[in-house]
Amino acid sequence: MRLLRAGQDSLLIDLDEPGEAQAWHAELLRRRAEGTLTPVREIVPGERTVLLYGVHDLPGLEAELRHWSAPSRAADSGELVEIPVRYDGADLGVVAELWGMSEDEVVRVHSGAEHRVAFSGFAPGFAYMTGLGEPYVVPRRAEPRTSVPAGSVALAGHYTGIYPRSSPGGWQLIGSTSVTLWDLDRQPAALLVPGTRVRFVPDSEGAAA
Amino acid sequence: MSDGKVEVVRAGALTTVQDQGRFGHAALGVPRSGALDQPAHRLANRLVGNPADAATLETTLTGVAIRVTRPVTVAVTGAPAPVYVDGRPAAWGSPVRLPAGAVLDVGAATFGLRGYLALSGGIAVPPVLGSRSTDLLSGLGPAPLKDGDILPLGEPAGAGPPPHHLALWDGPPRELVLPVLLGPRDDWFTAAAVRTLAAGRFSVSPHSNRIALRLDGPALERAVDGELPSEGMVLGAVQVPPDGRPVLFLADSPTTGGYPVIGVVPEARLPAAAQARPGLPVRFTPLRHRRPAAAA
Repeated sequence: MRLLRAGQDSLLIDLDEPGEAQAWHAELLRRRAEGTLTPVREIVPGERTVLLYGVHDLPGLEAELRHWSAPSRAADSGELVEIPVRYDGADLGVVAELWGMSEDEVVRVHSGAEHRVAFSGFAPGFAYMTGLGEPYVVPRRAEPRTSVPAGSVALAGHYTGIYPRSSPGGWQLIGSTSVTLWDLDRQPAALLVPGTRVRFVPDSEGAAA
Repeated sequence: MSDGKVEVVRAGALTTVQDQGRFGHAALGVPRSGALDQPAHRLANRLVGNPADAATLETTLTGVAIRVTRPVTVAVTGAPAPVYVDGRPAAWGSPVRLPAGAVLDVGAATFGLRGYLALSGGIAVPPVLGSRSTDLLSGLGPAPLKDGDILPLGEPAGAGPPPHHLALWDGPPRELVLPVLLGPRDDWFTAAAVRTLAAGRFSVSPHSNRIALRLDGPALERAVDGELPSEGMVLGAVQVPPDGRPVLFLADSPTTGGYPVIGVVPEARLPAAAQARPGLPVRFTPLRHRRPAAAA
């Protein structure tokens, strides 16, 4: 664990691998809820980092964190959300070719894994989900689409993402869902918050209807 | 309830509703947003007797013209600009009474880029996630103004303008000097890149916007190849994309990013960056963090 300063009031906790970052994130949220964490405005997880943004007492927090023992992985178990997906994306064939398998097998691999929201970004409610494992990596499209429909389920790198609203995008589209990812009348507005566990459930009966 | 309204007579190049910003939702990918020149925004509110959290209009280069349905006090701050009420010159940087039906016209900025127009009562669009700000990256908050738009006015706080009021402006800078606290990823760059950051002649790119101040100038050389796993980003981050040209993150910047941040400009210097016009020379002064005291 390395502590890196980001400007005058922020600290980046830099970790060796995603599992550690998830455990640190969960532990930071737990301590904040308990009221035992030095006040921090934002706790922003990354793939292998947790950013503590807007820290009232930076040296104090640094000293505090150095005394923590590495949080245990077991402490981390988020809520499970099931997302029905119609696997009919325009790039499903491309992904099948990249992985050297049939489209049906891509669906089995993707829906068979338990995914987890590692962090958010790109757009409000856009979750970067991990879970596919090492061999299942996909490059971004060379030519991003100027418009990707809301609800598109897509792959890039080793992540799965779902476009919360229609936007330009360079991820490979494998399917679609009618689930609402971002709803300002909901608390929180994002369905998929960091730490959420996710299962994709194949739905041939018009998930996107 | 006040039923005062603001009618947009001339929207200008880019006029948005802004307040102090949207806090506490960065982990969900929600940018801070808010007025880019916070001191100018706060001053405008103070001049019309508004609380600090009232929303103002942020203009870009060409100003804005509005009409109101009830008398209000207005103040224009930020980039200096001519101000007219029904065609007659009125004060910039000072409270001005605007009668119902009269047109307030804020002209083109004489220097600087972004102006702030406060009206007593504030712009009372419904808050989204605790803020009325327009976020151009994620589309939260009201859309940029168009000619003919009608915006609700809030109830004036009743305090009225302060007895002393004077907006100050240092005059147009000949260059923008930005201190940069190195890190968190300065170790992704060569020692030569840090020297280039300190000595290089940069200038504000015309592709700058509320999301980022983009810079033309020498490229910063990376010591580490490959991709940085996406990580949280702060306002003022100087991110370096693959072309090596630094990008300074402003209020509507994304909350996570995958390019290394060589250093962070303190928030207190971002208002100056927000007023920098394209072409303005930019100089960085990289600074190292003081080592934290050794753990006991």
